[in-house]
Amino acid sequence: MIALLKRDLSLSIRAGGGFGLGLAFFLIVTILVPFGVGPQSDTLRLIAPGILWVGALLACLLSLDRIFALDYEDGSLDLLATAPIPLEAVVAMKALAHWVTTGLPLTLAAPVLAVLLNLQGAGFGWLVLSLLLGTPALSMIGAFGAALTVGLKRGGLLLSLLVLPLYVPTLIFGAESVRRGAQGMATTTPLLLLAGLTLASVALLPFAAAAAIRVNLR
Amino acid sequence: MSLWEYANPQKFMRTSQMVLPVLTVLTVLCLTAGLLWGFFLTPEAVNFGSTVKIIYIHVPAALMAINAWLMMLVTSLIWLVRRHHVSALAARAAAPVGLTMTLIALITGAIWGQPMWGTYWAWDPRLTSFLILFLFYLGYIALWEAIENPDAAADLTSVLCLVGSVFALLSRYAVNFWNQGLHQGASLSLDKEENVADVFYLPLLVCIAGFVLLFITLVLLRTRTEVRARRVRALITRERMA
Amino acid sequence: MELVVNNLSCARGGVPVLERVGFRLTAGQALMLRGPNGIGKTTLLRTLAGLQPALEGQISSPPESIAYAAHADGLKATLSVAENLLFWARIFDTNDITPALEGFDLVDLAGRQAQNLSAGQKRRLGLARLLVTGRPIWMLDEPTVSLDTASVALFGRAVAAHLKTGGAAVIATHIDLGFSAQSLDLTPFRAAPQKLNDFDEAFL
Repeated sequence: MIALLKRDLSLSIRAGGGFGLGLAFFLIVTILVPFGVGPQSDTLRLIAPGILWVGALLACLLSLDRIFALDYEDGSLDLLATAPIPLEAVVAMKALAHWVTTGLPLTLAAPVLAVLLNLQGAGFGWLVLSLLLGTPALSMIGAFGAALTVGLKRGGLLLSLLVLPLYVPTLIFGAESVRRGAQGMATTTPLLLLAGLTLASVALLPFAAAAAIRVNLR
Repeated sequence: MSLWEYANPQKFMRTSQMVLPVLTVLTVLCLTAGLLWGFFLTPEAVNFGSTVKIIYIHVPAALMAINAWLMMLVTSLIWLVRRHHVSALAARAAAPVGLTMTLIALITGAIWGQPMWGTYWAWDPRLTSFLILFLFYLGYIALWEAIENPDAAADLTSVLCLVGSVFALLSRYAVNFWNQGLHQGASLSLDKEENVADVFYLPLLVCIAGFVLLFITLVLLRTRTEVRARRVRALITRERMA
Repeated sequence: MELVVNNLSCARGGVPVLERVGFRLTAGQALMLRGPNGIGKTTLLRTLAGLQPALEGQISSPPESIAYAAHADGLKATLSVAENLLFWARIFDTNDITPALEGFDLVDLAGRQAQNLSAGQKRRLGLARLLVTGRPIWMLDEPTVSLDTASVALFGRAVAAHLKTGGAAVIATHIDLGFSAQSLDLTPFRAAPQKLNDFDEAFL
C-alpha cells in the first residue's frame, strides 16, 4: 500500500504528472476575483472565505479524473484489481495521493492568497485548519466520482456534474468556519461537522468506490 | 403469490397493461377535480390574494420530487440486493419524472415567491435544497445515459443513488445550518395543524393524491418504454450474432 | 496446486460468448487457448482471473494463485524499468526483482525510463512482472505480440522454467512457444447465437 502511494506521488511529480496544476488554478481564481469584483478591500474581505474555499474546491475538481483514468488506460487498474491488496485500500491510497498532491499544497498556499483578498487576521488560522480538515473529504468524494466514471471516454464533464452536489456540505461547513473565525465567532460546530464529514467519507466511500471500479472493470 | 413475481418483465408488462388505463382515468379525474376545486372554488386568502392558489401545484410537485428520489433509492436497493431488472429500469424511468417535478416546484416557487417575498429567488434552505436535488437528478440521469452496458449502468447509478441520498440528507442539514429561511414550517403535515384552514386543505389533499397517481402512471408508462427499449436492444444483439 | 474449470459460461458486454468450457490444469502444465479472433479468449482469461463474474459454472483454484497479464502492460512511462518492477514486487509482497530482470534480459535496461523502451522491450518488461508476483498460475493474453524471434524464445524459456518449478500457465496465443503443452480450441464452446442472458431472454 505504501508502495502504491509512493508510486502515485513520484508519478505526479515527474514530467506530465500534473502536480501543481491545481495550485496554479487556485492562484488564477483568487487573482481574477478582485478584477471581477472590484478593488474595495471591504468587499474582498467579506467574500474572501467563500472565494478561497470555492477556489480550492474547483482546483481539486480539476485533477479528479486523473485519479483512476491513467491507470485504467494503461491496464494497471486491471492488474491492481487482481493484486493481493483489496481494491478498497487501492482507492483509499489513491485518494490520499490525490490529497497530498492537491489538497495539501492548496492548504499551504491558501494563507498567501488570503493576503491578496484582505482576509481578516483572525481568519488565517481557521482557513488553514478548515482546509486541512476539509480537503481530504474533497479528494475522497472525488475519488468516488472518478471511480463511477472511469470507464467512460469523456467522463470529465460528467464527473464534475456528479461530484459538485456531493461537495456542497463540505463547502458549506468549510467556508462557514472560516467566515465565523474571521468575525471572531465560535467555530467549533462547523469545524466538528467538517471533521465528521471527512472521517465518514474516508471510512465509507472507499467501499462504494471500489464497488464502482469492479463494475467498470468487468 | 409474492411481490417479486412482478420483477419478471413479462409479468410486469401484462399487469401494467391492465392497470394503466384505470390509473390514467383516475389520474385525470383526481387532478381535474383537485385543481378546479383549488383554483375556482376556494376563497382568496386574506393577505395574499389569488397568488396563494399556486399552492395546488407547488406543494404536490415538491412532495413528489422528494418521493420520486425515495422511490429510486428503494428500487436501486432492490436491484443491488436481488438483481431484478425491472426494478433498475423503474428507477431509471422515475428519474426524469422526478426531475420535472423538481423543476415544477422550483418554477412555481419562483412565481409564487415574487408576490409573497418580493423576489423570484432567495437562498432559502428549502429552495437551495431543491436546487441541489435538481443537480442530483441531472447527474443521475446523465450517468445512465453515459454508460453503454445496461447492467453496468444500473449498478453504477444505484451506487450513486445510495451515496447521493446520504449526501442529499447531509446537504439538507448543511443548508439549514447555513441559512435559516423564509419558508413557514410544516404547514401541511397530515395531522392537520391549524396553519392552513380546511377550506384550502381538502382540495390540496385531492391535488396531492392526483400528483401521486400522475407519478405512478408516468413511471409505469416510462418503465414499459424502458422494458421495450431493452427488448429492442436484445433483438438487435441477437440479429447481429446470428 | 490445481486449476479446475467446470461448465463455465462467460459474457462480454452482457452477451454470452462462451459456454460449458471445462478443463483441468495441474502444476507443471500449460494450456494454449486457440480459436479465431473474437471467440472470447480475452473474456475467458478475464473471467478466470476474477475480473468479471462468470454467468455460470465453477472455477476452483488455490486463493491468490493467479497472475494476469493483459494486452496492456500497465507500465508507467516516467518510471524506470527497475522502478516499474519494484512497484509490482512490493504490491505482491516479494522484494527481489533480479530474477525477473535476468529472465527477460532487462538487466542492461534497468535504469531506463519505460517511455524510452521499444514496443518489444516494453512487452518483455510487462511479462517480467509475472515473475515478481510470485504466483503459480499465469494467465497470459497474447503474450508474444510485438516480440521478435529471439524474445519469443526467451519468453518460451521463461514459461518452461516456471512450469518446471511447479507453476502452471493458461496462454492465449497463435504461435508455437517451443515447449510441450495441451491446447484447447475454443470454437466448439461458442455460445449458441440465439441464447441471450436471462434478462433479455425474458423480453422475447
